[in-house]
Amino acid sequence: MGRLTSENVELAREIIDRYPRSRSALIPLLHVAQEQDGWVSTEAMSHIAELLGLTPVEVLGTASFYGMFKREPVGRYVVSVCTNISCLLLGGEELLEHCEARLGVKAGATTPDGVFTLEDVECIAACTDAPCLQVNYRFFLNITHDEVDRLLDDLRAGRRDEEVPPHGTLTRVRPRVPAERWSGHGAEGLPVLPGQSR
Amino acid sequence: MAEADQKEKEEEKEKTTVTVTLDGQDIEAEPGELVIAAAERHGTYIPRFCYHPRMREVGMCRMCIVEIDSGRGPALQPACMAPVADGMKVDTESARTKKAQDGVLEFLLINHPLDCPVCDKGGECPLQDQTLAFGPGESRFVEEKRHFEKPIPISDLVYLDRERCVLCDRCTRFADEVAGDPLISFIDRGNHTQVNTFPDDPFASYFSGNTVQICPVGALLARPYRFRARPWDLDQVESTCTACSVGCRIAVQSSSNRLVRKLGVDVDPVNWGWLCDKGRFDFEAVGSDDRLGAPLVRAPGAEDLAEASWSQALAAAAEGITRARIRRGPESIAVLGGARGTNEDAYAWSKLARTLLGTDSVDAQMGDGLPAEAVVGLPRATIDAACAADTILLLGPDVKEELPVLYLRLREAVVERGATLVELSPVETGMTRYAEASLRYRPGEVTELVRALVDESAAVGDSERPGGLAPASAVREAAALLRRGSLVCLLGRPSLAEPAQPVVDAAGVLLDALPETTFLPVLRRGNVAGALDMGLAPGLLPGRIGLDQGRPWLAREWEALPGGRGLDAQGIITAAAEGRVGCLVLVGADPLADFPDRELARRALAGAGFVLAVDCFLTDSSRRADVVLPAAAFGEKSGTTTNIEGRVSRLHQKVTAPGTARADWMIAAELAFHLGGDLGFDSVDTIWDEIERLAPSHQGLTRARLASPEGFDGIVAGTVHDAETHGGPPSMAQTDSPGIQGALAHTKVDTLASSAMGTADKPDPSSGLAMQPPDPSGGGGGGTGTVAGRPAVLRWTPGPSAGGPPPLDRYSLRLVTSRRLYDDGTFVHHSPSLAPLAPGARLGVNPADLAPLGVGTGARVQVTSGRGRVVLEAVADPGVPQGSVALAWNQPGPGAADLIDVTLAVTEVRLETLSVPAPTSGRGSDA
Ligand code: SF4
Ligand code: SF4
Ligand code: FES
Ligand code: FES
Repeated sequence: MGRLTSENVELAREIIDRYPRSRSALIPLLHVAQEQDGWVSTEAMSHIAELLGLTPVEVLGTASFYGMFKREPVGRYVVSVCTNISCLLLGGEELLEHCEARLGVKAGATTPDGVFTLEDVECIAACTDAPCLQVNYRFFLNITHDEVDRLLDDLRAGRRDEEVPPHGTLTRVRPRVPAERWSGHGAEGLPVLPGQSR
Repeated sequence: MAEADQKEKEEEKEKTTVTVTLDGQDIEAEPGELVIAAAERHGTYIPRFCYHPRMREVGMCRMCIVEIDSGRGPALQPACMAPVADGMKVDTESARTKKAQDGVLEFLLINHPLDCPVCDKGGECPLQDQTLAFGPGESRFVEEKRHFEKPIPISDLVYLDRERCVLCDRCTRFADEVAGDPLISFIDRGNHTQVNTFPDDPFASYFSGNTVQICPVGALLARPYRFRARPWDLDQVESTCTACSVGCRIAVQSSSNRLVRKLGVDVDPVNWGWLCDKGRFDFEAVGSDDRLGAPLVRAPGAEDLAEASWSQALAAAAEGITRARIRRGPESIAVLGGARGTNEDAYAWSKLARTLLGTDSVDAQMGDGLPAEAVVGLPRATIDAACAADTILLLGPDVKEELPVLYLRLREAVVERGATLVELSPVETGMTRYAEASLRYRPGEVTELVRALVDESAAVGDSERPGGLAPASAVREAAALLRRGSLVCLLGRPSLAEPAQPVVDAAGVLLDALPETTFLPVLRRGNVAGALDMGLAPGLLPGRIGLDQGRPWLAREWEALPGGRGLDAQGIITAAAEGRVGCLVLVGADPLADFPDRELARRALAGAGFVLAVDCFLTDSSRRADVVLPAAAFGEKSGTTTNIEGRVSRLHQKVTAPGTARADWMIAAELAFHLGGDLGFDSVDTIWDEIERLAPSHQGLTRARLASPEGFDGIVAGTVHDAETHGGPPSMAQTDSPGIQGALAHTKVDTLASSAMGTADKPDPSSGLAMQPPDPSGGGGGGTGTVAGRPAVLRWTPGPSAGGPPPLDRYSLRLVTSRRLYDDGTFVHHSPSLAPLAPGARLGVNPADLAPLGVGTGARVQVTSGRGRVVLEAVADPGVPQGSVALAWNQPGPGAADLIDVTLAVTEVRLETLSVPAPTSGRGSDA
């Protein structure tokens, strides 16, 4: 928890090498941290700053812009219920209330067992299938209250592990970029300006 | 032919400006100039918050929106982002412009708390002023404003009130672009954007105070000024900071006869408006309750100093001096100090010492600088010249710690303009990350490294490590950088644990090999350059002339001059310790704190016959004096000061000194009367006039010129009579393009430097370190020519360098010690906001040297040298090479001065552990 593990440091170094300017690796590294811990801690941000030659507050400045980088611990599953206009018209608010009742926490909170964090979100670009929600950013479209109950039960019981990995995992298959395509390498790499670390 | 030339020139001139129509009037602008700047130069102020001429434009606040027509019809555009173009039409008064300004201000005020009555900025606030001048008068916003916790400390010196912030990005840009300390940033960007630090990682920048000055609202507040005054009660004078020898131009402000604020003033050749936090906030010491306000005298045989009247104290001082003079001869009198006052102070003391005291044993440096001949006699560069040089060679202490605003200028030269920096230093410094090559050397061995770098005949073998540490390949690469074009060397003492000689020898080697090199001395004490110019060094007379050449010239106006060269600080202190000093005068000098060898200084104060101290505070040293005379401090006296470039600028009095304290020069003049003489001074002006008349380097630097607009930037002494032969004084006119001015200044100095070559006989650079005055016929050399009867200013030429490197003791570590910005110096110590920032004496040790001791960071270690023993906390520091240890100079408590023996070439220490190994602090490992 906190700083990146040695495997992740190695991964981070590889990611950094893909870019002509190390700072470009900032968001990918925040994802690595979030995948490791489920959220992005201050220790992780400091560590990322070290790896990139930035100050921690420069990392925070970027991390805090993105609502999907969680800077507080969240549950294994983050349930994001859309309450924007299309979903609202088709029962989004009711869906959120139902989730609240079912999980026993208000939107914005995490269940005491640390399994679920419930949040209401603005339009998640699935209006044609309203009302909808996401669990760890995987869509569940046109969903009814019964389906929500089943989904939450399945998640808690671990029956959906294949489909919905823990919060922070973007994808199970990590794309590898062959070294010859790293733009930070070779003579074609962008010139390093004076005073600038690569 | 000439006509064609003329025409071509005219055409060229035409091409160099563009014509813009501003509110119906045609104006000429520089190509690439921003509309907002061009308009301002022509008297039209376009309102702004984020635009700052010394930083990159960002177009953040939209306050500067005006109607601009670049040929495709008028459109609203931010004037701070739009470069001028030929034929452009700008309308700053159109109805659309007005509406846009109304809108932006109404919008900016939506979340602004309008707590002007309790805001420091109220009364001088750009948001207030521009709302009044350009704003809508009324807001339609009735909803709840954003709320944040009222001011939070973002550093030990700065508070941030996020509710007042208009998100202009000035402070954050400053921190990143100018200071290179991006420790504040916009976070939670969106509806809740705020400026903040990372948790537990404060904005601990040496330059944080600048953000307070440039914040266009009252969001950033300086702790030392907060709630201390209202702008309309402030009274101000233009002055120059004397906290170090960069000489930043400032405005000094007071309220109710107390200094409350220093603001940076933007001058091109020096500080560009910036100040360091020490310079900005050390005014607190001036108003300290600990200031001396009355003379103190120790009655014969008495334990304690007791208050006395000035006439009693001066009589006692005169008696002490006279007794020493009669019983032991004038050579037994010595004067230390004078680098903290004004030029006029220094001149008065220099004259008093040479005439009525009859001694040449005077030294403004405390054995912690460079030999005076080298400082005044080396071809000198300006700051602009250094920044415009192709290669900058650093051979001195950490510029960031000692001369902070010079660090900003150098950093800018490297980061923004691609100058090449080569650093030679015993440990990593604040400049290292900007250096293209940074070579380490073993303390005491810098001359060898420089020889390997510049002496083409000294081929470096592949396995050699010149200077003990740097691999041959790195040396060769750095050597090539030094020969890439113009070269300016920043020369100072990288470490006080070794003598100045190796550095001076290195400068000699450098000058021999690359005679076009110019030098910028890196010396810290506020007016050290001025004091040396005024002759406060043995063998030197005012105006950068040697004692012997100057004698016939000065003897016409000064009475008698001492027969031979006197002792420098180390000589004086050694002589005093041996009981050979009958009277020691300390003019703002504290040898117990500042002299590198505290044991020797202690014996000197005990061994000196009679001690007279002139000081603002009772220091460890002045406490031991027989008579203490209270001196006026910065802000309490007028005069001039000289920075490292030789630039003379003015100081003005703003408040009155406590009690009966008075300026150093007045004390010298009074003392002269009590000694039966007369210095002939009744004001700083009479002193300056005499300096201008008698000091060859200052000829032509008249009071009128210093007071003119030209003098606002300060005028570099020593270039003046040169300029006269070229038909006029150098132009110091303000320009918007410092780069251009820098280039000009560089050419000028280069010419000076090359004309300096090949003159006269060589002074012996080691003579400054001799214990006995050397044979006058052998040293103190310099130019021989005279200008209208005046002796020419001294030119320093390298002497033979002293022997090889000191033998290596493999069982010891070599000590490196240099200053930090915040230390136990008198002014920091007495400034409540700054004193806690002194980092303390911690011993930096290479991890590989610490490991065998079985301890890590935080362990207490006993450090033993041939001189003494101190117990310090160790810090594992990979920036310190193996075989060396680093210690900050002059921190509270025991430290480096207790370990150094000034007679040795290096300070060898051994470490022993004292405590159980502390866990290595910092981060644990991954697992
Ligand atoms: S704190 Fe001041 S300088 Fe910084 S962004 Fe806010 S208004 Fe601008
Ligand atoms: S750099 Fe020196 S002169 Fe400038 S503000 Fe700091 S202490 Fe004063
Ligand atoms: S409104 Fe819910 S997905 Fe667009
Ligand atoms: S001054 Fe132009 S946008 Fe701020």
